[in-house]
Amino acid sequence: MRLMAIALLLICVTQGMPAHAAPPAKAAKDPLQSARWEDMRQLLFKRQRVVFDERVKVVAPLTAENALNVPIRVDASALPGVRKVVVFADNNPITEILRFYPGLSQPNLGFRAKLQQSTPVRAAAQTADGVWHLGGVWVATAGGGCTAASFGSASLEWQRRLNEVSGRLWSREPEAGAAANQQRLRLRIIHPMDTGLADGIPAFFIEELKLTDAHGQLLMRIESLEPVSENPVFTLDIPAGHEGGRVEVSGRDNNGNLIKSWIEP
Amino acid sequence: MNRLSLWMLRLILLAVLATTATAADFDYALKPRQIAEGTWVLLGRNEDFTFTNGGNIVNTAFVVTGAGVLVIDTGPSRLYGEQLRRAIAAITDESIVKALNTHHHPDHFLGNQAFPAQLISALPPAIRGIATEGRGFTDNLYRLSGDAMKGTEVVVPSQPIEPGEFSIGGHRFEAFSLDGHTASDLVIYDHTTGVLFAGDLVFNGRTPTTPHARIGRWLASLDRLDALAPRIVVPGHGEISELVGSNIGAISQTRNYLHWLESTLLRAAQRGLDMTEVMTLPLPPEVRGLAVIEPEFRRSVGHLYPAAEQDALAHPHQH
Repeated sequence: MRLMAIALLLICVTQGMPAHAAPPAKAAKDPLQSARWEDMRQLLFKRQRVVFDERVKVVAPLTAENALNVPIRVDASALPGVRKVVVFADNNPITEILRFYPGLSQPNLGFRAKLQQSTPVRAAAQTADGVWHLGGVWVATAGGGCTAASFGSASLEWQRRLNEVSGRLWSREPEAGAAANQQRLRLRIIHPMDTGLADGIPAFFIEELKLTDAHGQLLMRIESLEPVSENPVFTLDIPAGHEGGRVEVSGRDNNGNLIKSWIEP
Repeated sequence: MNRLSLWMLRLILLAVLATTATAADFDYALKPRQIAEGTWVLLGRNEDFTFTNGGNIVNTAFVVTGAGVLVIDTGPSRLYGEQLRRAIAAITDESIVKALNTHHHPDHFLGNQAFPAQLISALPPAIRGIATEGRGFTDNLYRLSGDAMKGTEVVVPSQPIEPGEFSIGGHRFEAFSLDGHTASDLVIYDHTTGVLFAGDLVFNGRTPTTPHARIGRWLASLDRLDALAPRIVVPGHGEISELVGSNIGAISQTRNYLHWLESTLLRAAQRGLDMTEVMTLPLPPEVRGLAVIEPEFRRSVGHLYPAAEQDALAHPHQH
């Protein structure tokens, strides 16, 4: 009884405190004021230098109705010399969503992810000097995206079409917000992308995707992880002036199934 | 410390009990408006679900026929259903003979608890939808509408309704089994008064919602409604609409919006836009006047863009 009373008192006291306690003095101040930020920093960046940087943009709806398919677009093209980008969600049971390594392509990527609850969604772009530049937004959602079974797991259709790639390469007209004449690449891969968090369904997801031009030069390498949505769709841009011909798509999932296809210009 | 803690605990428990006991039920302030002989509507607000509106964003209606009352949709919560019954009782002594749910979206059936279960009727696919998805919808509305949802539980309609004519008292009704807003949309036309109860196939002044929409089917259903040449349309959301010239304003408005939405998404997909880019496209003046256009358009992009973009991507190549 005594313990219960103390617990109740503690609850009352903590509820009386400001919603966002001040971060430890040495940590960079998190503009998203997430309670999980310190854990994220320890988990992903350890002792490496991290700065919050508005040049790394994360675009996502403030309220995502469908937690299985939250559209996210990361754009670090305002930051020179990006060699790796890590996208993660503080409050997801599997925090890392994907990593990408821009080759000849712009350091931007659009895709969709599964979120388990309302969470900051962040992108950390690492520049050649090793510094991580962070941007992010809060996304509110009713959640449940990570513990739901994929639709594919309930049908046999995907077994026939597993790792099937459809895609298209656009030579874009100059338009607001897009660099003149850059090429846009969009592709979709049939894959259930099961997280392993739904009862009785093991994790089954695309681990690596490599996009190269017809000369064998790397456009982008993507390491996708469990929270990427089922039948993932990726959107990326290739700078103007690059005449790379058709795009080769290769990769594999965590069960060793290979992805091998191409997209004609 | 022990005595003090116990004393504090008692105080806290007392405080909790006191708050619960004095909390008044949410008042929807329902005011039926007569629009035709024996026909009344209760118009909801052109908003999203909020704690302030308690989910009252939907239109319900009832017809006093001389041989009992026909109720069309029961509202977004148990409290709404109870207050709707009181509003009906304040107008007529006739008893309720039938309560219809036009489709399986929660704002149209969660007032069912207030009505005798054996009088609640819907089309068979909508009954199945309420049975399988009703619980999830209810949880979501608790999240969006808060305290107004107190005590609300799903009551699945027990009486399947057949399409075709039926008469109650002095009114000759016709039920239509259509689809497009959802997989099963019930429309009731009152031949006696010329009033069409269109459910969510028609929106007026408010952006249509599309979580279960199939635009092509929806447009075909709107053609069926136009062909009835109704005198008055009661939309699922928004002000009633009366016949002007050769068409009904709200039906045309809904059709125009769906055409715009469909072509916007197809064009965006053909241009290679990412879903986040589609969500932030500038909205043209012809749709900007609709209530809650920005959040609803973004929701619709989420619902409908995946199919549009798939059509725009080339057929697969396999090595």
